[in-house]
Amino acid sequence: MSKAVEELTYEEACAELEAIVTALESGQQTLEEALTLFERGQALLQHCASLLERADLKVRQLAGEDLTEFQNER
Amino acid sequence: MEAQLSLFEIARWTVSGLTRYLSQRLAEDPLLQDVWVEGEISNLSRPTSGHLYFTLKDDATQLRCVMWRSEAARLRLALSDGMAVTAHGYISIYEAGGLYQLYVDSLRPAGEGALFQEFLHLKERLAAEGLFDTARKRPIPSRARRIGVITSPTGAALRDILHVLRRRNPLAEVVFASAPVQGEDAPPRLVEALERLNRIARPDVILLARGGGSLEDLWAFNDERLVRAIVASTAPVISGVGHETDFTLADFAADLRAPTPTAAAELATPITLEDLRAVWQNQQERLRAGLQTALVNRRQALRQLQTRLEFSSPARRIQSERQRLDEWARRLIAAPLQRLHLTRTRLRGLEDHLHALNPWAVVQRGYAIVTRQTDGQIITSRQSVQRGEALQVRVRDGAFGVAVTDISP
Repeated sequence: MSKAVEELTYEEACAELEAIVTALESGQQTLEEALTLFERGQALLQHCASLLERADLKVRQLAGEDLTEFQNER
Repeated sequence: MEAQLSLFEIARWTVSGLTRYLSQRLAEDPLLQDVWVEGEISNLSRPTSGHLYFTLKDDATQLRCVMWRSEAARLRLALSDGMAVTAHGYISIYEAGGLYQLYVDSLRPAGEGALFQEFLHLKERLAAEGLFDTARKRPIPSRARRIGVITSPTGAALRDILHVLRRRNPLAEVVFASAPVQGEDAPPRLVEALERLNRIARPDVILLARGGGSLEDLWAFNDERLVRAIVASTAPVISGVGHETDFTLADFAADLRAPTPTAAAELATPITLEDLRAVWQNQQERLRAGLQTALVNRRQALRQLQTRLEFSSPARRIQSERQRLDEWARRLIAAPLQRLHLTRTRLRGLEDHLHALNPWAVVQRGYAIVTRQTDGQIITSRQSVQRGEALQVRVRDGAFGVAVTDISP
């Protein structure tokens, strides 16, 4: 919960969202906790949605021992 | 007009003339007009014209061949690349292309080609080592984040793969390792690319790809070194070499064999952007429902509390107190009356009692009260009177005086 939502990768956000949903479904929290979880969940959903929207295949190339941007593509 | 001068030899031939000359020379050679030649078919092509074009080859050399539609139609053999055949025909020149060719009029199988034999032997040997065992094949991750791609930088395979990956899962990251995919150099370079890709990029899965080509073109993918490198790869390898019908040893060694580079890219992304959107939708609904559940539970608990609170509220208490007060008030009003009633009854009792004790009541009934005239003392004994003493007798309706005449016990 400590990491800012914007810094999460899709997989991280998705995994945390899954955990939040499961927790909420169990209904074990105080109402305040539940609301906090929900807000966090909303933010994660937003983040995931925007990642899905903005997603653009990142292509890099092995050059020697390094990874460089791939230029060759048309 | 002066003849053109030149430092160099004047050209005696036109290209056409030279070609036609060669063509005639070949036609004059009886050996070349009745040729039996053995080789392995490759680059087989069957255009709609019905003519057959292919190459016959051995380890070192290739020979272009044509079989006209009329002859090809009589062929009982289903030709395919890699097939070893013995062909009969004549050698001539295709003048427009400047190519000498074997014009084939008949074909028969010559057992399997040497190259194919080599392939089969190597396959058998490596299979015996267990390199192709399905048991050692690793599963392909359903959501690879980093996908390694090994292929030629110039081929269509790379473009096709990137196109598919971009369409299916643009969240993924691709690391491309360039390597030649045919020629002498290809196997060691492919092996090196595999090793470096694993070590430097640590991808979740590796695509090893090459577009379609002849059996020789794909030969690098039958190299034993490459087979061993695939088996040794840290990341699971998906092979996509050639076309549907092409099987290379790399395909057998790979954790998953795709029929084409495009298919390899698809198999590397079993979960697509569409799937992720569906998951997202589902999570959104579950999140909302989750909160809903939390709220509904809370609401129910709250309602219960409310009921209990109302039950123990001061208002209710006040109400019950008020009732008690009313009760008291009622009793308060009733009490004095009760008392009065009691008093009255007692009074009447006392009165009766008193009445009963009233000496006059006795007198009324015929008794008389005797008192001494002098002091009014009531005479109840013979000893308290003397002869001649004046007494008063009280009766019901008055009194009269008497004198004591005699005293007797």
